[in-house]
Amino acid sequence: MAPQSAPPYSPIFGRLSLDALPLHEPILVATFCAVAIGGIAVVALLTKFRLWGYLWNEWFTTVDHKKIGIMYMILGLIMFLRGFADAIMMRLQQALAFNGSEGYLPAHHYDQVFTAHGVIMIFFVAMPFITGFMNYIVPLQIGARDVSFPFLNNFSFWMTTSGAILVMASLFIGEFAQTGWLAYPPLSGIAYSPNVGVDYYIWSLQIAGVGTTLSGINLICTILKMRAPGMGLMKMPVFTWTSLCANILIVASFPVLTAVLVLLGLDRYAHTDFFTNDFGGNAMMYVNLIWIWGHPEVYILILPLFGVFSEITATFSGKRLFGYTSMVYATVCITILSYLVWLHHFFTMGSGASVNSFFGITTMVISIPTGAKLFNWLFTMYRGRIRFDLPMMWTVAFMVTFTIGGMTGVMLAVPPADFVLHNSLFLIAHFHNVIIGGVLFGSFAAINYWWPKAFGFKLNEFWGKVSFWCWLPGFYLAFMPLYVLGLMGVTRRMRVFDDPSLHIWFIIAGLGAVVIAAGIGAMLIQFAVSIWKREELKDETGDPWNGRTLEWATSSPPPDYNFAFTPKIHSLDAWYEIKHRHVARPTEGFRPIHMPSNTGAGIILAGISLVMGFALVWHIWWLAIGGFAALIVTAIAHTFNYKRDYHIPVEEVEATEAERTQQLAAAGA
Amino acid sequence: MSTTTLPEGNAAGDFYDLHEHDHPEGHSTMLGFWIYLMSDCLIFAILFACYAVLGTNYAAGPGPQDLFELPLVALNTAMLLFSSITYGFAMLSTQRGSVGQTQLWLAITGLFGLAFLSIELYEFSHLIHIGATPQRSAFLSAFFTLVGTHGLHVTFGTVWLVTLMVQVARKGLIQANKRRLMCLSLFWHFLDVIWIGVFTFVYLMGMLR
Amino acid sequence: MRQYLLSLPRLSGLSLAAIAPVLLGGCSDLVVLDPAGDVAQQQGDLVIISTLLMLIIIIPVIALTLFFAWKYRADNKEARYEPDWDHSTQLELVIWAAPLLIIICLGALTWVGTHLLDPYRPLARTEPGVAVSQDEKPLEVQVVALDWKWLFIYPEQGIATVNEFAAPMDRPVSFRITGASVMNSFYIPAMAGQIYSMPGMETKLNAVFNKPGDFVGFSANYSGHGFSDMRFAAKSLTDDEFTNWVAKAKASGETLDRKTYLELEKPSEKEPVHLYASADPELFDAIVNMCVEPGKMCMHQQMAIDDRGGMGLAGLQKTDDLVYDKTAARGTGAPADWSKPISVCLAPEKANMPGARPGDAPVALDRLNGLGLPRKTGIAPSSSSDALLSAAAETVSAPTRSNP
Repeated sequence: MAPQSAPPYSPIFGRLSLDALPLHEPILVATFCAVAIGGIAVVALLTKFRLWGYLWNEWFTTVDHKKIGIMYMILGLIMFLRGFADAIMMRLQQALAFNGSEGYLPAHHYDQVFTAHGVIMIFFVAMPFITGFMNYIVPLQIGARDVSFPFLNNFSFWMTTSGAILVMASLFIGEFAQTGWLAYPPLSGIAYSPNVGVDYYIWSLQIAGVGTTLSGINLICTILKMRAPGMGLMKMPVFTWTSLCANILIVASFPVLTAVLVLLGLDRYAHTDFFTNDFGGNAMMYVNLIWIWGHPEVYILILPLFGVFSEITATFSGKRLFGYTSMVYATVCITILSYLVWLHHFFTMGSGASVNSFFGITTMVISIPTGAKLFNWLFTMYRGRIRFDLPMMWTVAFMVTFTIGGMTGVMLAVPPADFVLHNSLFLIAHFHNVIIGGVLFGSFAAINYWWPKAFGFKLNEFWGKVSFWCWLPGFYLAFMPLYVLGLMGVTRRMRVFDDPSLHIWFIIAGLGAVVIAAGIGAMLIQFAVSIWKREELKDETGDPWNGRTLEWATSSPPPDYNFAFTPKIHSLDAWYEIKHRHVARPTEGFRPIHMPSNTGAGIILAGISLVMGFALVWHIWWLAIGGFAALIVTAIAHTFNYKRDYHIPVEEVEATEAERTQQLAAAGA
Repeated sequence: MSTTTLPEGNAAGDFYDLHEHDHPEGHSTMLGFWIYLMSDCLIFAILFACYAVLGTNYAAGPGPQDLFELPLVALNTAMLLFSSITYGFAMLSTQRGSVGQTQLWLAITGLFGLAFLSIELYEFSHLIHIGATPQRSAFLSAFFTLVGTHGLHVTFGTVWLVTLMVQVARKGLIQANKRRLMCLSLFWHFLDVIWIGVFTFVYLMGMLR
Repeated sequence: MRQYLLSLPRLSGLSLAAIAPVLLGGCSDLVVLDPAGDVAQQQGDLVIISTLLMLIIIIPVIALTLFFAWKYRADNKEARYEPDWDHSTQLELVIWAAPLLIIICLGALTWVGTHLLDPYRPLARTEPGVAVSQDEKPLEVQVVALDWKWLFIYPEQGIATVNEFAAPMDRPVSFRITGASVMNSFYIPAMAGQIYSMPGMETKLNAVFNKPGDFVGFSANYSGHGFSDMRFAAKSLTDDEFTNWVAKAKASGETLDRKTYLELEKPSEKEPVHLYASADPELFDAIVNMCVEPGKMCMHQQMAIDDRGGMGLAGLQKTDDLVYDKTAARGTGAPADWSKPISVCLAPEKANMPGARPGDAPVALDRLNGLGLPRKTGIAPSSSSDALLSAAAETVSAPTRSNP
């Protein structure tokens, strides 16, 4: 490779020049054309139907946790398609690059693809999904009308979106990092990655990270302060518990990511010496710090889904959750232990045997509470009446798949075994096994489970099953070969191969990816068909699954204020108890309801952050400084707005509730 | 197994709060701000950890004893400690409801803050002038980043303080403003605590190294 | 204890290694489970034994999941239905205790295995039952990860190779590993587990080949554009073959000195195998200390100065001798200036380390009075700290020699 020379610099455009447009990469040009045409079409349609005002007033500026939750899900889904496109490209490259073939992706492109895949899937798919679920469901489950800080919630969402937009911009303007998703220095340092890729990485994660941290603080406060009267901590639904723990993990780990990316940024922008080879820098420091964030991060992703599975198993088994107390304690144990295992990501960096075995054993210890959770789900099913609707199918698929992934994880936790499996495709298979089997299957279960709550109609069952039956075998087809390849000594992030005996396994894995693609296609069809036939799939009751927790106590979709009267809680399954005792829904005596007002400050601040991030990536200093000043001024101006709430008049509440009464009567409930 | 406190019957009043009142505005602000401070504390923890690991990597350059001027830093520390005390007086005035006194004490706090920042800037510019820049060694990178991050926080605190003074002048000591003053108070004292850590860990222990 | 622990995985390893190929459709290349070296074999065995241990609980869980899912399906009205049953102390005890017991076993195995198979630990045996005698010196091989190729230096034989590694069977090999630019991971799956190679640092690995054959080694940690082709041949030879291989290298007539090394260090991809008849014996230490290039200060000197509290304000004057990757990343910097003196790197224990570490000397408390202040304003510093600093600066002036 030719040495990378420093790009030319202009005071107005910084490092940005026409060369930054990847016109020489046909794949990117074609993608850009498709995105541009699609984008223009969407804008034209929105303009034609005069929807901009509606979008701005009802969605972009909303502080309603439900709408923000839905926007998180849309963000996650869009980014999921991008991340999966990257995955397909990698599988294709690895299936082609045999027998002297270089495949179709040059190193410069391929290395960006695997970096972007990891970054996007973790930060802009999995995180938006779980934040979306927590946003939508937690306030409903605890009988609250919104989150503690509704404006911050809107701001957090737009910051996450700004980060995602910055990553997407790197596709068409310049390049993304070629470092792997954690950007280890010295490779990610300015000396070895002089171009904009790593800067895109740093700023997109920093901007999104602000959103994530604030949303974590917000949800902790919501759960601790806004529970309905009577809901002690040990009467919280399990999903709320796991959300609480996940958010505690967010608040206690994302600042570490922020700090370590600041340090890497300083190394790149101010030429400091934190992680350099010379002048006393220490790259191992980065590896430690990033994993002190990185390991809790995987539990941030999985814990809320553990909650989802708990809710679904209890609901569809028609039973109380087995071992609620031990479920809660297991969650708390995992939360704490997740901070004591970070070193298992680099047993091979030369730590002593005692250090390695300490971290190996703490890692194994995490499998005890996790195992206990699995048994709890198992014994919730025991002597139940299990209805195999889609959420429950995903849950059973999860239980089997995740168990296998957990087992291979414990194998990797044994340091001497890790020496031969570290960074191999075995490791790749392992973490896809737990992330797809846990986080994605859980997200699909949750989407199918809560969709009727959010939109008032169920999802189409047929296409959902098609999707499920593509995803499940597709996953095994795509990732079991990777276990084998790992045992054959094949390492990750390889672009070409010279051993023909590996070829067949990569072809099988590629086929698996195609089957998964069919599963994703079926899921998109499922959404489309369901929206098309929403009248047939309509759910008037607000409780289509015979649920147990409070989100099912209100209409679908819930009114802005969620509950006309805040429920009083006496036991774990609050809604089940209300149904069980035939408590009449109060239909009079309504009061005006105090609610937060919408504000455009969040999207404006995040927009400015996006511009500032872009300017920083390209060293457009005047714009970066201007953006920063604008950020401060806008934030201060926002604090001069003291009028942030309003009351929904009692007539409006009465009208809404009367409609609900009729709806329930029509549904025969 | 969760504890249950089920009522006997199925009266709606037992299961719905029929006479509820609005949540007071800002009911969870203090908790939220506390959690934010703890997350900020974690950022400082990382910077301290970096300083602990890299703080002796002078790269054959100067060490703390060659660079730090303890009398100056002691003066700086005094500025920040005094500003904390005066902020405390501002809060006392707030509780008495005296706008004038609150503003006065806030102004004095702000001046102490500015004095602290000026001294710190002087120290930094002096170090950079003699060539002890953040680029010179990992020790200096870690030093400038830790102390500089604290300084940035104080800068933001000062901007916030001025903003609040304007808001108090406009709206008086209404509940929202009192809450904001309380948050800034937490923030300001938090920075004080961090500074005590910096002073002890970076400056004093640096001199004893 | 040790015998027992090692024989257990061995047995199960053999059995599973025998079944595995059948299970996996005739695939017989599972080098991780069936390697050619004793260390890798023990590590592979640990993979298998930990799997077996966990299957004790994994299989019942999966089986029960499927069984319960089938048995308690809503259609099956025969099955018992107890909607309010949500607690059983005995069951809770079992579901916490069973994983705990397995983890205790696995934890014990981990503790012992990690210590026995610590890559830094000199080998105690070359294969089961064959102990390494005290006076048998392992073959030392110095490994340098370059962009994007591997350099091997054999100090005992005096030769060096690029992208080809060979070792005589049944003789312990002691690797000293470093890198020139970014992190890589040195991994020969057939021989032993991997360990990171990092610039400015040395990691160690002890391993042995037991079976003859041609194997591969590679970097297992992504390091940039040429990463995919950063592979080398790893040959396990008989003693005679090894002697011939060394002779072949000797016959190449080429020399690896600092100059040729700096050429070699420049990034290149798909580098062919290259043999050097002789190699500068100080080269590896110079690479670890980042002072191959003339005029650069060695890391150990820099660290010794830092141990003494740095070089004072004098250290602010000139920093060219410290620059390593700021401007010279991946061969883009200015060419080396051979008129500058070369730093000689001695092994740390032999190096001319400056006197006592600060911990040994009493701390001068007068520094707390702001002693740093007067020195910068031109007033003479007090004798105690001044002496310390000037002593540091003097004693660590690097040993140099004239250029070849």
